[in-house]
Amino acid sequence: MQASSQIPHDVSYLDYKGKYKGLLAWILSTDHKRIALLYMFSIMTMFFVGVCLGLAMKLELIAPGKTIMGAQDYNAVFTVHGVIMIFMIVIPGLPAVFGNFLLPLMIGAKDVAFPKLNLFSWYLYIAGAILVISSVLFGDGSPDTGWTFYAPYSFRTGTNMLPAIFGAFVLGFSSILTGLNFIVTIHRLRAPGMTWTKMPLFPWTLYGTAWIQLLATPVVGITLVLVSLERIFGIGVFDPALGGDPILYQHLFWIYSHPAVYIMILPAMGAISEVIPTFSQKHVFGYKAIVASTLAIAFVGYFVWGHHMFTSGMSGTAQYTFSILTFLVAIPSAIKVFNWISTMYKGSIALETPFFWAMSFIFVFMIGGLSGLVLGALATDVYVHDTAFVVAHFHFIVFGGVGFSFFAAIHYWFPKMFGRMYDKTWANVGWIVFFIGFLALYTPMFYLGMQGMPRRYYDYLEQFHSANILSTLGSWVMTFGLAIIVINLFRSAKSGAIAPENPWNGKTLEWTVPSPPPVENFDDIPVYGEKDGPYEY
Amino acid sequence: MQNEKHHIVPYSTYIIILAALVLFTFLSIEVTGIELGGLTVAAALIFASLKSYLVLTYFMHLKFDKPYIRIMVGFVILVFLAVIIITFIDYFFR
Repeated sequence: MQASSQIPHDVSYLDYKGKYKGLLAWILSTDHKRIALLYMFSIMTMFFVGVCLGLAMKLELIAPGKTIMGAQDYNAVFTVHGVIMIFMIVIPGLPAVFGNFLLPLMIGAKDVAFPKLNLFSWYLYIAGAILVISSVLFGDGSPDTGWTFYAPYSFRTGTNMLPAIFGAFVLGFSSILTGLNFIVTIHRLRAPGMTWTKMPLFPWTLYGTAWIQLLATPVVGITLVLVSLERIFGIGVFDPALGGDPILYQHLFWIYSHPAVYIMILPAMGAISEVIPTFSQKHVFGYKAIVASTLAIAFVGYFVWGHHMFTSGMSGTAQYTFSILTFLVAIPSAIKVFNWISTMYKGSIALETPFFWAMSFIFVFMIGGLSGLVLGALATDVYVHDTAFVVAHFHFIVFGGVGFSFFAAIHYWFPKMFGRMYDKTWANVGWIVFFIGFLALYTPMFYLGMQGMPRRYYDYLEQFHSANILSTLGSWVMTFGLAIIVINLFRSAKSGAIAPENPWNGKTLEWTVPSPPPVENFDDIPVYGEKDGPYEY
Repeated sequence: MQNEKHHIVPYSTYIIILAALVLFTFLSIEVTGIELGGLTVAAALIFASLKSYLVLTYFMHLKFDKPYIRIMVGFVILVFLAVIIITFIDYFFR
């Protein structure tokens, strides 16, 4: 599979001068590391757009009544914010960036199994992003249904829905192809001697994620095609006026979109599972339990989608079935948290930036997870459904989980990716400012939701004013922290101190190659001996 | 990779499978003309499953693959079945 080549080993993937130059050397490269950076910069660009839309929403909510936009614009802003953040950032985020960069390095391979398919996945991502953005820039108004494209809104609204729906469809294909590539890579390209139980935990989570990408994404793909057909031809699958069932749309949508939460969170957990042993300088506690819980989350996560639909009008039998299944998925998640904490116990803790991010990840993920139990229980869900409580829970899990893990990962693997160290003081300042801003932004929403403030409204009653002011101020503080982090990393990538091969004393294979890695990763494919393992401290 | 066995399936087998797929497609259309009530979806799924089985077994060479690949596909089918059953917990009890 991995033919030898004439590429010199001492040339890093950043310095390599191949057949093409300049931008072409990047957008035509099939090197998994360059593709990872293509994804990173694309995702960062879209993230900037998503953050601006989020800030606009929070500014609108700083006072009751119209502040900077009316109801229709607010509908469009939260829809496009959601579509961008979900389909273009948190779903591809960790697998496409860190999965692409690190999977071959961590399992001792020279590249992924299908490098050209890998590049094609990125092109699909760009095509999907362009389609979604075009729905905003052209046509009869931006999509305004919410990121869920619920029936019957999505085929009744007069706004420009089709490009957004088709964009999400194309982005799904990108996800499927990445998942396929990772499954084959893990099955076929692991280093000799690296048995399944010696594979590091981040690749394990990528493996679980890849299965979800492969199996669940086609469901939303075909569902979005049906919505388009409903909109264009009125085929009557979801339209109740034509004998269709709008709740069927919700089933089909969430059959994908709930497992998609695990596409987001599993690699995030994987990154944290790498950071904690390294900064505790200790063998990970309960390796097999973490692997089993990864697979359990991936598996059980398929069967809990109905908890998004408790108030939709589905049967009572289905409601309590989904409620029980939802509570089951909390068990493997709790196992992971237990194992992370036990790994730190009696470890030699190094208080570095990735470790701070990992700790804050556990903190916000626990709050997000426990508030999820409120939503998973039938009686309490009815009370807080479609309130700001749901928005708070969702952002604690998805932004707190995936976002914090992403920042832990970038600060952990940055020296390997760019061959430079970042300024640790500014990195720590960025973390604490971001963390405080995050808590100020989203914590008041739990309170607002409990008090009955509905989500997705541009206006609210006077009684919700003070908590909304705090939340808006939090959004500014968090964005300030984000700016510190991004500027520090950009500046460091260009002019930071030269990074050694293994600055954190990590034990996984990526730390055995130079920083930044050479084009083909390894001179010779590493061989795992019987006593070798990923966390042998 | 070089050590793996390759199976050559005769064209006649492919043609028989193609004919079977066309036949099942026609049958799945014809069955919609019969009033089956709640079993309409089940009938459609049975024909779809038969067609999937043939495609997976012969066109995708699952018949000649290693057991672990077959186990993985079987697992996927079980997940799919579970999803269908759980969805219909809503419809049957609504």
